[in-house]
Amino acid sequence: MANNRPLALTSFEGYETGGFFDEMFLPDGTVRTECAYLYEELLQMSRKDFSTKQHAAERTLLSMGITFNVYSENQGVERIMPIDIIPRIIGGGEWRRLEEGLIQRVTALNLFLDDLYHDQRIIKDGIIPRHVIESSRSFLPQCMGLNPPKGIWCHITGSDLIRGDDGNFMVLEDNLRCPSGVSYMLENREILKKSFPEVLEKVGVQHVSDYPTRLLDMLQYLSGKIAPTVVVLTPGTYNSAYFEHSYLAQQMGVQLVESNDLIVLDGQVKMRTTRGFEPVDVIYRRIDDTFLDPLAFNPESLIGIPGIFEAYRNGQIALANAPGTGVADDKVVYAYVPRIIKYYLGQDAILPNVHTYICEEEDSRKYVLEHIEQLVVKEANEAGGYGMLIGPKSTRAECDEFRKRIQANPRNYIAQPTISLSRVPTNIDGRFEGRHVDLRPYILYGEKVEVIPGGLTRVAMRKGSLVVNSSQGGGSKDTWVLY
Amino acid sequence: MLSRVANSIYWMNRYIERAENYARFMSVNFNLILDMPPSEREQWEPLLVANADNHLFYQYFDNPARDAVLQFMSFDQRNPNSILSCLRAARENARSVRESITKEMWEHLNQVFLDVQQVSSKQGWKMDEWQDFFNDIKMASQLFYGIVDSTLSRNESWHFSRLGRFLERADKTSRFLDIKYFILLPSIEAIGTNMDLLQWSAVLKSASAYNMYRQAFRVLRPEDIIYFLVLDRRFPRSIYYCLSQAEQSLLAISDGDTKGNKAIKVMGRLRSELEFTDASEIVTSGLHEYLDDFQKRNNLVGEAIFETYFALKPVAPFNGGTQEQG
Repeated sequence: MANNRPLALTSFEGYETGGFFDEMFLPDGTVRTECAYLYEELLQMSRKDFSTKQHAAERTLLSMGITFNVYSENQGVERIMPIDIIPRIIGGGEWRRLEEGLIQRVTALNLFLDDLYHDQRIIKDGIIPRHVIESSRSFLPQCMGLNPPKGIWCHITGSDLIRGDDGNFMVLEDNLRCPSGVSYMLENREILKKSFPEVLEKVGVQHVSDYPTRLLDMLQYLSGKIAPTVVVLTPGTYNSAYFEHSYLAQQMGVQLVESNDLIVLDGQVKMRTTRGFEPVDVIYRRIDDTFLDPLAFNPESLIGIPGIFEAYRNGQIALANAPGTGVADDKVVYAYVPRIIKYYLGQDAILPNVHTYICEEEDSRKYVLEHIEQLVVKEANEAGGYGMLIGPKSTRAECDEFRKRIQANPRNYIAQPTISLSRVPTNIDGRFEGRHVDLRPYILYGEKVEVIPGGLTRVAMRKGSLVVNSSQGGGSKDTWVLY
Repeated sequence: MLSRVANSIYWMNRYIERAENYARFMSVNFNLILDMPPSEREQWEPLLVANADNHLFYQYFDNPARDAVLQFMSFDQRNPNSILSCLRAARENARSVRESITKEMWEHLNQVFLDVQQVSSKQGWKMDEWQDFFNDIKMASQLFYGIVDSTLSRNESWHFSRLGRFLERADKTSRFLDIKYFILLPSIEAIGTNMDLLQWSAVLKSASAYNMYRQAFRVLRPEDIIYFLVLDRRFPRSIYYCLSQAEQSLLAISDGDTKGNKAIKVMGRLRSELEFTDASEIVTSGLHEYLDDFQKRNNLVGEAIFETYFALKPVAPFNGGTQEQG
């Protein structure tokens, strides 16, 4: 239980790094240099002050309505994603290497997408098997020959990075399908400006607050017009990321539209306003590819805009991200990314992948089936922590179930060694304990490729858990990138 | 602005105004009960009837007793007009247009909803707690309008806000007056007695009109009260004032382009008829009948606004093409 004496100071007494890579402490228990000032400040703070700050942060989220809806629960159930006010700190030098690695990766992935939907040289040159691409659920044959404005496919990427035992960052997955979470990055910083203003000022943290400006610049760049009309397209208020859609539209000062607001007239995309139909030039769409247009993709889609894909093909509108980028998110394609970087850029990948067993390859499959208890198994097209098995945390029956699934459809599965994600001190009922985290930085591809210095640090709040997804009980932390 | 957004802003304001007026109805009935001699029976049914909530009420309850009516009008989720239902609807509308309103508007409304949702499960309310609650709702609504007035640019959002607010308020003021028709006097001889006037002054208080009325007329006379609440040019809750304000916003939205605009036509006709009506004519034609007719025509204004600005019809705009129905 928390110590209730009013002036008791917070303390790291009894804090264990537990043999994991700890982002605040070295294995011998001394504080890492970039965290020294924060550590001292925490030691001087009374427990009462600390918990007041923590509660104030949670109250702020609730009253700002920063909530998300949870799928597979009753509609309209709103939750806040818990915020833990102890920030996660990354040194400037380390960040620069990350930045370089991410720019390299996104540049290569964009070339890859353009090639896939045109000449497919990478397949012809035998780097990646044709059936891997063609069997990917996110590969869209409708996009063949498509020339997106300025040749950009993946405008916004949110790759998930983790640190293993040695502390080196690895890429866990690339999210090129409208990644979410950036609103938390922005709001968490605003909250920490209230929780730790002195520390922020003293240690020198790179700012993230111009993200909406950079996003708008990037979106406007996609249009040939001088003052293009940009909108954000949302599936609606019941979408789990609705707050973010609305927040980004508000921060950029553009309209948030639902599909019913848009219509294609004479080949042009227009929105229905109180003064008639007005043209739209750029759409930052937060609905899935196949729901975009019932004429081109899923005819069942009720949230699509008939004819928009045709208008897009004809260059009447810019979409961010381009349809079809999901193929690079496929977890089997992911395994090829180091080879993709080598092929297009002639460089070795700066940021490594997590070692990945492609279940379709016979040797790998044999290994996976024999060692499934030690591995993490993932479905090729799933996201959000769904459709995965964490071997060491699963029952025998669960492992057997996945063995069957893999044998039935090997193309749909990959496996990776269980990485013990790095940990950051986290407030658990008034005490500090290590909890596992990942990192999602945001990369914008406009006139140039740029990485926002910060990101969303997701934290598995449950003791020992490695699943950081908000849909699975994860929380978040502010991410401080130093100069 | 987007038609959908305009629609949500309009309804957000209507729902807040409705919640406020429901609190006013109940609050004043409390006052009235406390002023009545103990021999008089408490009357709660008129609140239901004047708001046309009685049919729904009797689906779930047999007897319009105090607690049942208060719970039904305040928190019952089966009643789409209860304060909680209105605030939920207002908040849902706000949530869908957060990018078009101000941060302060959203945060206030969100907090009010969360607070009311929290107290809604409380049991065993005492009279003073109800009174505090109604007062809180009124203040929350007034504060919302204050926030709107001091943070929102005078753009279309602002005018659609006012449109929703004033049309709803006009409707509710007509219902405050109608309550007087439904509250029974013990006998026909009671007309014009102290008890009758007590009820008339309760009607004035419902609409926060008591002080301003006294300044204008001093003596309580039913015909003057009817004049004040229906036709007065300067009192901000009179039906005429509400309609003329709504009309001004409608004109601002149309930005001079009024030709063939059905909303402006229907609204202008209703407003100008009120302008040339006398209180004595209302009394002669029958107050209840007059109000009933007004409510219907006020609804037609709402429908015309919907057709003119919100209905999602895919109309080919510029090439002189035909109109299709969506």
